[in-house]
Amino acid sequence: MSEPKGDKPAMAIPKGRAMPREDRLSPPEWEGGRSAPPNEGGFRTIGKRNRKLEGLAKVTGRAVYTDDLSLPRMLHGKLLRSIHAHARIRSIDATAALALPGVHAVIIGKDLPVYFGIIPWTEDEQALCEDKARYVGDAIAAIAADSELIAEEALRLIRVDYEVLDAVHDIESALAHPEWKVNEKASEGNISKKVLLEFGAVEAALDASDEVIEGEYWYEGSTHAPIETHCALADFDPTGFLTLWSSTQVAHYLHRDLAKVLELPTQRIRVIQPTVGGAFGGKSEAFSLEFCAAKLSMVTGRPVKILYTREEVFYAHRGRHPMQLKYRTGMSRGGMLTATDAKIHIDGGAYSSFGLVTTYYSGQLLTAPYHIPAYRFDSTRVFTNKPCCGPKRGHGSVQPRFAFECQIDKLAERVGLDPIEVRRRNFIGENTNTVNGMRITSNGFPQCLDEVERASEWGAKFRRMPYGRGVGIAGSMYISGTNYCIYPNEMPQSAVQIKLDRSGRATVFCGISDIGQGAETVLALIVAEELGVDLRDIRVVAADTDLTPVDLGSYSSRETFMCGNACLDAARHLRETITTTLGERWGVPKGEVVLAGGQAVWTRDPATHAMSVKEAFQAAEAAHGTLGSVGWYQSPKLGGDYRGGTIGASPAYSFTAHVAEVSCDEETGFVKVERLWVAHDCGRALNPVTVEGQMEGSAYMGFAEAIFESQDYKPAAVGHGFGLHHGPSLLDYRIPTSLDTPELSAHIVESIDPEGPYGAKEAGEGPLHPSVPAIANAIHDALGIRCDRLPFHPPAIRALLRVGDARANWERARLQIQGAKSGGGGC
Amino acid sequence: MLTVPGFTWSRPTSLEAALAEIAGTDRGDVLVIAGGTDAVPNLKHRLHEPKRIVHLASVRELRKVREQPAGLELGALVRLSEIAGDARIIRDYPAVARAASQVASPQIRNMGTIGGNLCLDTRCTYYNQTFFWREALGFCLKKDGTRCHVVTQGKRCVAAHSSDVAPMLIALGATVEIANASGRRMIAVEDFFVGDGIHNNVLGSGDLVTRIVLPAASRGLPMAYQKLRPRAAIDFPMLSVAACGAASGGLIEALTVVVSALGAKPRTLGQMDAIAKGQAVGEPVWEAVAQAAHKQCRPLTNVPYDPDWRHEMVPVFVRRVLREAFGGPR
Repeated sequence: MSEPKGDKPAMAIPKGRAMPREDRLSPPEWEGGRSAPPNEGGFRTIGKRNRKLEGLAKVTGRAVYTDDLSLPRMLHGKLLRSIHAHARIRSIDATAALALPGVHAVIIGKDLPVYFGIIPWTEDEQALCEDKARYVGDAIAAIAADSELIAEEALRLIRVDYEVLDAVHDIESALAHPEWKVNEKASEGNISKKVLLEFGAVEAALDASDEVIEGEYWYEGSTHAPIETHCALADFDPTGFLTLWSSTQVAHYLHRDLAKVLELPTQRIRVIQPTVGGAFGGKSEAFSLEFCAAKLSMVTGRPVKILYTREEVFYAHRGRHPMQLKYRTGMSRGGMLTATDAKIHIDGGAYSSFGLVTTYYSGQLLTAPYHIPAYRFDSTRVFTNKPCCGPKRGHGSVQPRFAFECQIDKLAERVGLDPIEVRRRNFIGENTNTVNGMRITSNGFPQCLDEVERASEWGAKFRRMPYGRGVGIAGSMYISGTNYCIYPNEMPQSAVQIKLDRSGRATVFCGISDIGQGAETVLALIVAEELGVDLRDIRVVAADTDLTPVDLGSYSSRETFMCGNACLDAARHLRETITTTLGERWGVPKGEVVLAGGQAVWTRDPATHAMSVKEAFQAAEAAHGTLGSVGWYQSPKLGGDYRGGTIGASPAYSFTAHVAEVSCDEETGFVKVERLWVAHDCGRALNPVTVEGQMEGSAYMGFAEAIFESQDYKPAAVGHGFGLHHGPSLLDYRIPTSLDTPELSAHIVESIDPEGPYGAKEAGEGPLHPSVPAIANAIHDALGIRCDRLPFHPPAIRALLRVGDARANWERARLQIQGAKSGGGGC
Repeated sequence: MLTVPGFTWSRPTSLEAALAEIAGTDRGDVLVIAGGTDAVPNLKHRLHEPKRIVHLASVRELRKVREQPAGLELGALVRLSEIAGDARIIRDYPAVARAASQVASPQIRNMGTIGGNLCLDTRCTYYNQTFFWREALGFCLKKDGTRCHVVTQGKRCVAAHSSDVAPMLIALGATVEIANASGRRMIAVEDFFVGDGIHNNVLGSGDLVTRIVLPAASRGLPMAYQKLRPRAAIDFPMLSVAACGAASGGLIEALTVVVSALGAKPRTLGQMDAIAKGQAVGEPVWEAVAQAAHKQCRPLTNVPYDPDWRHEMVPVFVRRVLREAFGGPR
């Protein structure tokens, strides 16, 4: 392992960042371990097909989203946005806007000058641009008015004097024109972050390889497109207390950023996350609307709501980074990977967002489920005059996974092996370490391969279907939460408080952020399992900084693992209290007292020793006083011993395999994805219904990026400059409809992780990764073309069919695999 | 969210009252709305800024489907979902039902009407955008500006005719009734459209589309409609082809092919008599028609997706439509 080169201190994680005391890093030991059921005879609630807690409210229209809230005397805010991709703001004249009846306030950049950013080392954003706009749509002023219509009309009366600057369009122009500086916080030209890490002797291993495949790939940018657009409602009261409701997925980080930018103490701010209508990473940092709603409320003394239009969501963005990926991957004749060398350029847009992490993730998360003996990646993120990219489901690792899994497919073809067999041969194993120092515990990847191979009838289809039809395989790994908080501190990453009382009801307080994935339900399931309470008798109070202990939020697939563990401990403390009370009362060992199905019983003689859990709670409350407990989670110290070695470290990794089946229209270039088989190792499925939902939703999202989506910008032309989004609406930005969506088959694989709650790992992001390469590999099986650039639009497919001899490639691939099979080397 | 601008609103309950309301008004001042599925988004984008909206929802006499000697008469307010599901239309004019069924989505077809679809505003990637977006781009000559972003030296708007139903109506020789306070007239649907993207039909001040007649002579003829779109729902056509013809004894007697989503009006292919009339039904003649279509149609950047690819798709879709209409491999 060599030292990274080109790291700029300003944007690097400092060495020796704060760590909690070692004794806090070991969670409480529970009998049977964390994966065992609390009661004799297995699980009663966990693993059963339960409804999501909030499902009924959502489908009956009762769920309250931020925009459903309305306060007396509430004003409506709107943001003025830049019409230029890159322009100095010489002056802003809001006189006419302020004179319009119904307009109450206008704020501009200098009213909120403090810089913020989700990563403490790259704070490079202002709520409203003070000196310069950096993309078409960058926010430069905000208005509060009696209605949205008045606010919108007032926006048009604000006069901005711009000095238009040269705009950076893409990776190439960012590197070629360091003097066109997009972001002044960059210490060098338009470089946002550089990471170069090498593990083992890559060049020597590639030189010694029997086969080396070199390829260049393009992963197109895409956005999250949640159905609910961003919304914030701020109420600054006369005592100087700010309440902010927001459709966020990180209430805690938002809380901190509000305090910083508004220059208010954190203890005088309350952040509440109402029901959120989808986020997918697009709401995982603070946005202009939250600061502006708050500031306008402070200025006017009235509540202010800002709701983004769909168009504004495309400008707020933080979607998938476009990446240009160059890979060299070596393989032995026997199908064993030898080394991988990656050179990656990342188009970050105008600001940093999570970009530091993205740059690391573009390399750090590739090193399983296959053993790669030698590995190097050289990743550079650049600033461009476009909306800022950030974390979208599968943050930073979906793009390299696409390139790499296509490389494996090509290598398998080169050495004449079935691509599933190649993946099996290179399996990294369980309880091991990756070449870059990531600890792997449970690993059900081989079972994932078995499942999709069997379910898809792979053996009868691969290289055996008529021209135009094909199947493809891909695998992946993902994190169950990151090991370290975004800002260094020694406090828990997740915490839960549980209140029990004589009513028989349990209330779980947690900062957990449910964005539709079912996070709150997970906590209720755990409490139901531990305390025997009916699911309907559990209330989860979540993501309200006044009421709930801190959880860092819904990102990096951390909620089930981290909040789940915190909740497990809190519930087991209470269980201990209750079973001890009953054990003493009945004169039986507490280990023989079961709390399940609303009843507390002595397992040896339930007929004589039984009561309802409500009575059990009352007995415990009488014996021990008011019942409450806390639990928290802190991950163990993990990661490689090098700068950046903690980024990508996770207490557990999930694993996924997909098989895609496609049918292609050679004449038009349309690719129809007929079916996706998704097998995912989620450790243990606490609720199979939501796990399957996450698997299907992930596969859908990956498929959408492969076939449909692209966050495109108009080039400059006569009459207008560069940088206008090609069509910021759900009409022009095409997410697939239900009719376009393939049949999705979810196959849960349970590896029972030793450290997850009941053995659970993540399921929300990992299952997205293999969609794209599996589809690309299926298109090769169908047509004999290699789709190395996203999206696989019909014109691109037609162009590929025109340039190469697709039919001959297709024939050759068929003969080879069939030849290999008869030679005994195949599947 | 996007706001709707201020306007006054009325909802007449008879055709007579509706015509009286719009008589003598300036076209830009009054917007007539049926289902509103095209008009409302356009209002939000400030593409229409009328002083008054006249909502036709309560004009019941325009909701009827009637058998007439001349053919099947469709009131302008018959919904697209009704057309897609009407047993008489499915039997006699299956491609009309098919075209209606391919408009947008079920919800929009439940609101959108045949008259509204015929009067659908032309579309362009540089036009169907928000006020902010158009301002950032530089307003175009169809609304608020003087420049065309599609044909940079162009002085005439080339926004694309995007109705799914109209090309099919033209192909089978349908007629449309236009009424105003002083009378009514019947014209061919083909003559309804003009090559001006800003206002692509012959409706004048005070005019209203009231009825569409599917001609009796076209009943049961070979006909088909197909549209090119990336998604199986929602999308407007990126290319559309409609064909209707007649054959006897395996020889083509007549053939009309209409291609749309190109410019401001649907294009009826020329020289069909020379190319197809008297030829044997089958691949050689379909290929000849497809090549003629490729020569006569030139997609522009007014519609999403690469225009060269859309041009390449013209003969593909013409062949497919002809095969579907006359039987044979699709």
